[in-house]
Amino acid sequence: MKTNVNERRVISVIVMNESSVLSRITSLFAARGYNIESLTVAPIPDSDMSHITIATKGSSRLMEQVTKQLHKLIPVYKVIEHEEMVEKEMVLAKFPIAENLADISVLSAAYNGGVVNVGTEMIIVMVADEPKRVKHFIEAAQRYNPCEIVRGGVVAIER
Amino acid sequence: MGQMSGAQMVCEAIIAEGVTTVFGYPGGAIMHVYDEIYKQEGFEHILNRHEQASVHAADGYARATGEVGVAMVTSGPGFTNAVTGLATAYMDSIPLVVISGQVPLSLIGTDGFQEIDAVGISRPCTKHNFLVRTLEELPRVLKEAFYIARSGRPGPVLVDVPKDITVDIGEFIYPDSVDIPTYKPTYKGNKKQIEKAVEAIKSAKKPLLYIGGGVVLSNAYELVRELAEKTQIPAVETLMARGVMGAKNPLLLGMLGMHGNYSSNMAMSETDLVISLGARFDDRVTGKLSEFAKYADIIHVDIDAANIGKLVDVDYPIVGDITEVLQAMLPQLDDVDTDRYEAWRNILNRYDELHPQSYVDSDEVIKPQWAIERIGELIGEDAIITSDVGQHQMWAAQHYPFDRPRQWINSGGLGTMGFGFPAALGVKRAFPEKTVVNVTGDGSILMNMQELVTAAEYKIPVINMILNNHFLGMVRQWQTFFYEKRYSETDLSFQPNFKALAEACGGIGYDVTTKAEFDAAIKDAIKQDKVCFMNVQTNRFEDVLPMVPSGGALFNMMLPQTTKGDA
Ligand SMILES: Cc1ncc(C[n+]2csc(CCOP(=O)(O)OP(=O)(O)O)c2C)c(N)n1
Ligand SMILES: [Mg+2]
Repeated sequence: MKTNVNERRVISVIVMNESSVLSRITSLFAARGYNIESLTVAPIPDSDMSHITIATKGSSRLMEQVTKQLHKLIPVYKVIEHEEMVEKEMVLAKFPIAENLADISVLSAAYNGGVVNVGTEMIIVMVADEPKRVKHFIEAAQRYNPCEIVRGGVVAIER
Repeated sequence: MGQMSGAQMVCEAIIAEGVTTVFGYPGGAIMHVYDEIYKQEGFEHILNRHEQASVHAADGYARATGEVGVAMVTSGPGFTNAVTGLATAYMDSIPLVVISGQVPLSLIGTDGFQEIDAVGISRPCTKHNFLVRTLEELPRVLKEAFYIARSGRPGPVLVDVPKDITVDIGEFIYPDSVDIPTYKPTYKGNKKQIEKAVEAIKSAKKPLLYIGGGVVLSNAYELVRELAEKTQIPAVETLMARGVMGAKNPLLLGMLGMHGNYSSNMAMSETDLVISLGARFDDRVTGKLSEFAKYADIIHVDIDAANIGKLVDVDYPIVGDITEVLQAMLPQLDDVDTDRYEAWRNILNRYDELHPQSYVDSDEVIKPQWAIERIGELIGEDAIITSDVGQHQMWAAQHYPFDRPRQWINSGGLGTMGFGFPAALGVKRAFPEKTVVNVTGDGSILMNMQELVTAAEYKIPVINMILNNHFLGMVRQWQTFFYEKRYSETDLSFQPNFKALAEACGGIGYDVTTKAEFDAAIKDAIKQDKVCFMNVQTNRFEDVLPMVPSGGALFNMMLPQTTKGDA
């Protein structure tokens, strides 16, 4: 039984690949006052469809409306409100080379990632983990004075 | 059909869809299409004098016939003028295809002359829209536009066609069917849910039919009447559903909502089972939601799943077309015990006797309600009534004896002043033999008065009955009740000479101040083949009653003075 509190929710939207389909979805969220916490989109291999993952917040009634309204859009094929899912987010982070590189490397390994690039002044790491753990990684990374952190947004798949 | 230009394809598609009248206005980006319109004979084009009016006219045509209405406009300002028309149709789920010109593909995104992002602007007020990107896809897009407009929950569809595509030549094969894998409307209701709903009806004590505009759209009024007749369950109608039950039907209580009658609003407040058919629980209907149908379980039949559970919790959701759902439901109600609801019907009849829909008439001045009742007596079933927005609209909805659906045509969802006159042109074009009366106000009529010229040119004799209270009356009424009579910018004492205005544009004008003049004017106007303005002076401070103050509970109504005290 779902509660009526403002819970975080993740939905997948399977859409036809059309030029304006993403704007249809985002403008629906804007027009109806739903919020988007994160949004990712990529084509589904060997098809003319794309997979959009949206993380949002709302009551179960609101989510029901979001799902139905999304479904009403003509190019939307399927809307999945995730309940039992595997959820991952990728993050890239850049640190000054003067920081403790061993620590940074261990930290990123602990969050399912590693060093992906080393330059003369910077080192770049990648991690990919659950959104909650990604948050922890970002907190922990603060110690090493990151110059830049880029989050990829969540992707999810039903178990 | 062979090789032809994109412009010709547009015309051929319109003809293939069986459209007989297109309303529109030309301009640079759509000129190739207009050049083809000049050459063809498959449909008539009516040149309105404003693009908003073109879309409302196509909308009126669609509402009166149930067919898709078509309007055509140019890019930029032509399109932006059409937006109010699209939004009006969208809010009331009216099937339209609006074709707009666009700057050539190569200029899109360059802020070219008369370039505006039409699909971007119209996204929230269309069911769907297309920017055509290649000539090859044009026939399919046109076919899909008509299909999407009329199927499922209907609505307006915009097709934005870049100018160069209208010039290019290519093969035209108009598809005979549509297959959009992502769009499959649900028509058949779930069998189990229907069975459960039937059981709920049989075990209810105080059931109520709550009839909305979806019944009109689904052409299901005969089935709804049959349902009421068979079960002897009383019914209330929304503003959009007037005519479904027929004014003479003893089971019809009236219209519910902000200006609903006493028995309708009380019925909704006391019912134990709401049977909602194509209604969407609009705030003008429900009043305070927490008090709405507080003691009732709810059966909600709607073709749009998103309408179900949007505002109220529903016990028996049925997604489907009302016609199909009722066809499945009716045979299961053969053994319904109509006596079960007799006590309930008696209570409601008693409410109606206590507080009938009423007003205080006058011999000195024409009361707007009298004017409506009088045209009801004089032309009643023969007429189709359109309306603008304001007090006159509510009086028309309350007092006209609507006999069938599609006889009452108004902008319910968006509440667009200026809708009535151009819509009436579309209605009259569809039904030339019917008397078409636009019940309007001295404010609203000015918002599309340029259509006098259109109506005169094309000899479309619609009657504009202006209930002239020298006020933006509905706003004035709220100022009286809720703003301590500060009549901020609602006084329309400064008036045009309506009679002269009509005459200046090639129509007829009538000045009406007495009941005798009223009858004479109507009787004369019906015979004329010219558009007219009937300028009816009414009393200035009449209020629309009953009234449920915005946000209040339905049972807390301000009632007219004529009633016999509180129940
Ligand atoms: C385009 C538009 N602008 C403003 C309004 C707000 N509005 C609703 S009713 C009304 C007054 C209408 O006056 P009139 O046409 O004279 O009708 P009356 O209420 O006096 O019968 C106004 C301004 C509206 N509905 N539509
Ligand atoms: Mg007025």
